[in-house]
Amino acid sequence: MSRRRFLRGLTSALATSLLTACDDLSRSSWFPKLLGSVEPLNRGLHKALTSRTSMAQEFDESDISPTFRSNGTALPNDAAYQRMAGNGFADWQLVVDGLVEQPARFTLDELRAMRSRTQITRHDCVEGWSAIGKWTGTPLAEVLSRVRPTSAARYVVFHCADPMNRGGDRYYESIDMEDAFHPQTILAYELNGARLPVENGAPIRVRVERQLGYKMAKYIMRIELVDDFSGINGGRGGYWEDRGYEWYAGI
Amino acid sequence: MSEPTPHYLYKRHSVAVRVMHWVNAVAVLALLMSGLQIFNAHPALYWGKSSYTGADAAFAISARRAADGTYEGVTRIGGLEFTTTHVLGVSRNGDRVEVRAFPAWATVPGDRWLAMGRRWHFFFAWLFVVNGACYVLHGIVTRRFRNHLLPTRRDWRSTWSTIKDHVLLRHPKGEAARRYNLLQKLAYLGVMYVALPVLLLMGLAMSPWFDTVLTGWVDLVGGRQSARTLHFIAAALLVAFTLVHLFEVVISGVWNNLRSMITGNYKIEPQPGEER
Repeated sequence: MSRRRFLRGLTSALATSLLTACDDLSRSSWFPKLLGSVEPLNRGLHKALTSRTSMAQEFDESDISPTFRSNGTALPNDAAYQRMAGNGFADWQLVVDGLVEQPARFTLDELRAMRSRTQITRHDCVEGWSAIGKWTGTPLAEVLSRVRPTSAARYVVFHCADPMNRGGDRYYESIDMEDAFHPQTILAYELNGARLPVENGAPIRVRVERQLGYKMAKYIMRIELVDDFSGINGGRGGYWEDRGYEWYAGI
Repeated sequence: MSEPTPHYLYKRHSVAVRVMHWVNAVAVLALLMSGLQIFNAHPALYWGKSSYTGADAAFAISARRAADGTYEGVTRIGGLEFTTTHVLGVSRNGDRVEVRAFPAWATVPGDRWLAMGRRWHFFFAWLFVVNGACYVLHGIVTRRFRNHLLPTRRDWRSTWSTIKDHVLLRHPKGEAARRYNLLQKLAYLGVMYVALPVLLLMGLAMSPWFDTVLTGWVDLVGGRQSARTLHFIAAALLVAFTLVHLFEVVISGVWNNLRSMITGNYKIEPQPGEER
């Protein structure tokens, strides 16, 4: 065997075993935990560098994407949801409960009657793409002020209508109270000046502008205030979080 | 019989530089391969604030079904289109042929797994940043930056002869090998003080929360999708640098070079007229 062939064989064997080793590490129980140990660093650094109400960039009408891309569920595979959609969500009611002094239900008209906020913001998907849209909705703070979270409430959990798999796991997400009371956190019922389309999350989707798209749950049916989300579904605070994505999606 | 060439070893790299070099090599390789895994989740690059502006992507890797029913990989750069089956767009992963932008051998993990790719990327990003900060501090404190990396007036005067030597693959021998030449200095400065910081900054620009540190700052680099494109271009330049770096390491005395980056010792063979 020539020296060149030997070296080439050695290099390729080394490369292959390196790749295999990386894949073994990814499937081990300890290595992903080690990798994930930087999540609090990311969050801590970002929170240290910004104020509680640091604002996401807002754009001009001319920046709005011609069509706002629909990702994930485009039509919830759920008979009850589809009936409500067929009726323009006249029968839909948002349930707000959990660690609140005054649990309540709100119709879409009641939400629309509250103070509203309109913002043209950039939606960044974890996949890498961005789209810009104009959102109008009720500030979550406005809704929370009516139900009055107790001092024990630490997270806001969004329960959604869309089943994500055959097992019937429905989409859900959670944010902390800082994001919940952020001025740009709204329950959006309009996109680009029209009623929020079903493919973008009708009747309401939450906007959490300092984080990635998967935090911004669509098809919200219920908002629950909790002190801990470890007992909900997979226990990681969201559908994608239960599948390995970071709870802190500011990066 | 001729006398054996007299030679001596000198300490070329301090232990700090050697450790930081290898930590950086591991971190950058992990960042590159996990970065390609992340890129594969949306294998297109754009210029501007968003991906959907009405204009086409500046760069995209995709696959399409050929007449015979098999898939072919297609890479588009601006208006140009290339068939890149087997490498980009469609490639083999074990015994399967998969539709994927970068092939399994170039990504970490090998399979499509965005969540795990992100974990690798952000972990090694911290390692890279901490290591890089140590490197910069070390360079200032030990004056390595000023004494070894900043080109001197003599370096600039030798610009043409250095370029000629590189093109002809003539490498400095004897005492001249103890110093970095102009092109080495510029390459190292360019990578460590320009390309890598740009990569880091463009990475930060993609973080929706980091953007709010100074709302609107991302417009200075053309918007978030431009930042993503620049991040990718800087990474490609880094790959190009690494290939040239490895080539030079191999042809200018692979064992001597490797030893100097592992034990620190570099063998000098004095040239005629360079008695010690």
